[in-house]
Amino acid sequence: MSTHKITVTVNGQLRQAEVPARLLLVHFIRETLGLTGTHIGCDTTSCGACTVLLNGRAVKSCTVLAVQANGSEITTVEGLAQNGKLHPIQEGFHMEHGLQCGFCTPGMMLSAIALLKQNPYPTEDDIRWGLSGNLCRCTGYVNIVRAVQYAAEKLRIEN
Amino acid sequence: MIPPEFDYVAPTTLQEAIAVLEQKPDAKILAGGHSLIPLLKFRLASVNTLVDINRIDGLSYIREEGGWLKIGAMTREADLEHDPLIGQKYPLLADAARTIADPLVRNMATVGGNLAHADPANDHPAVMLAYGAVIVAAGPNGLREIPITQFFTDLFTTALAPNEILSEIRIPAHKAGNGGCYQKLERKVGDYATAAVAVQIHIGANGVCDTAGIGLTNVGPTPIKAAAAEQTLVGSKLDDAAIKRAAQLAADAAQPQSDYRGTEEYKRALVKTLTVRALRKALERARN
Repeated sequence: MSTHKITVTVNGQLRQAEVPARLLLVHFIRETLGLTGTHIGCDTTSCGACTVLLNGRAVKSCTVLAVQANGSEITTVEGLAQNGKLHPIQEGFHMEHGLQCGFCTPGMMLSAIALLKQNPYPTEDDIRWGLSGNLCRCTGYVNIVRAVQYAAEKLRIEN
Repeated sequence: MIPPEFDYVAPTTLQEAIAVLEQKPDAKILAGGHSLIPLLKFRLASVNTLVDINRIDGLSYIREEGGWLKIGAMTREADLEHDPLIGQKYPLLADAARTIADPLVRNMATVGGNLAHADPANDHPAVMLAYGAVIVAAGPNGLREIPITQFFTDLFTTALAPNEILSEIRIPAHKAGNGGCYQKLERKVGDYATAAVAVQIHIGANGVCDTAGIGLTNVGPTPIKAAAAEQTLVGSKLDDAAIKRAAQLAADAAQPQSDYRGTEEYKRALVKTLTVRALRKALERARN
């Protein structure tokens, strides 16, 4: 099996590693980089717990090879808060009780950020549609939608 | 799950990628990877070399040119979904793009991959059958055009040679009087269709249908072209009787199997209902 030297920018930091071809991006993030905020849920491209931003697009990192990410920019949940201040989406999940067990939350938040970047004025339907690749086993969707609405408003004020 | 071991190469030109395929006949192309990587993880597919074509420039585009809509093989489903040209003129394609997997998968999944994988449950095959698309394959001797009706040869099998790469999809360019629609029933977002029907028609100035294409998703070992249903529409004004006749013929053309998504009878009835809905919507769009 071939191995490959890769360079990626993760949450603004340049990271280099030698990775085997078959290493999944989610394992690279969790095990090689030790960033365990990105979760592994179904491991079969269904649940979205492993969602990260790859060059600004939300993707399921259990279905991307680490070597495919060579040269790209990755954002994980650890990259959201800046200087101890929560990102508006994190604040929204906090204020609106957008989580119960919290397992799906990092993926939900990264999908929501990608959604709000594309559509700063989403309707409830847009939000549900935009998050349809992320599953919450606690079925806390009502408050998740509210959390995204909270963040949308906050981001509109900030920008 | 960890995929089995393989070698990985990421060529930057099509020629280079084709050269790798010539040297390693068991190699597989990695496009969006959202069918292939799960298959590898489940050990349902094995591969000695993955040829990642994501680093090849110039394979992602959507443009009208010379009477065709040309789509680069590496165009992501999300790009299709949000493209204004597709939204305005190619409603069948826009309908289908929105129903493929989920928004996260659509950020990676590609149109070319969806076709080359030739899963009869995938959505683009039936859509392209309805459009009468042409597949462009790049090989050692240059480009080759394959009519879509000759592309799907068997379950997960296409007319592509082992040393060829699907590089472009061509759809007849939109003209006034065209209308299309994709009707899909899925149990939930991200599931494959229980059944789906793709329809593309052209209505002449006299109100008579002169071209009709109908493709069926996930009701047979390959995507199905409902040829008898298409023929019964041509020359008709797509009145209720013609629509119902075509829907019955489409249901007759389906070869569904009973499984956890429904019985054979149910899926056949579903094809009939979805064909009626798709034709009515396509007609409405053709008139606007």
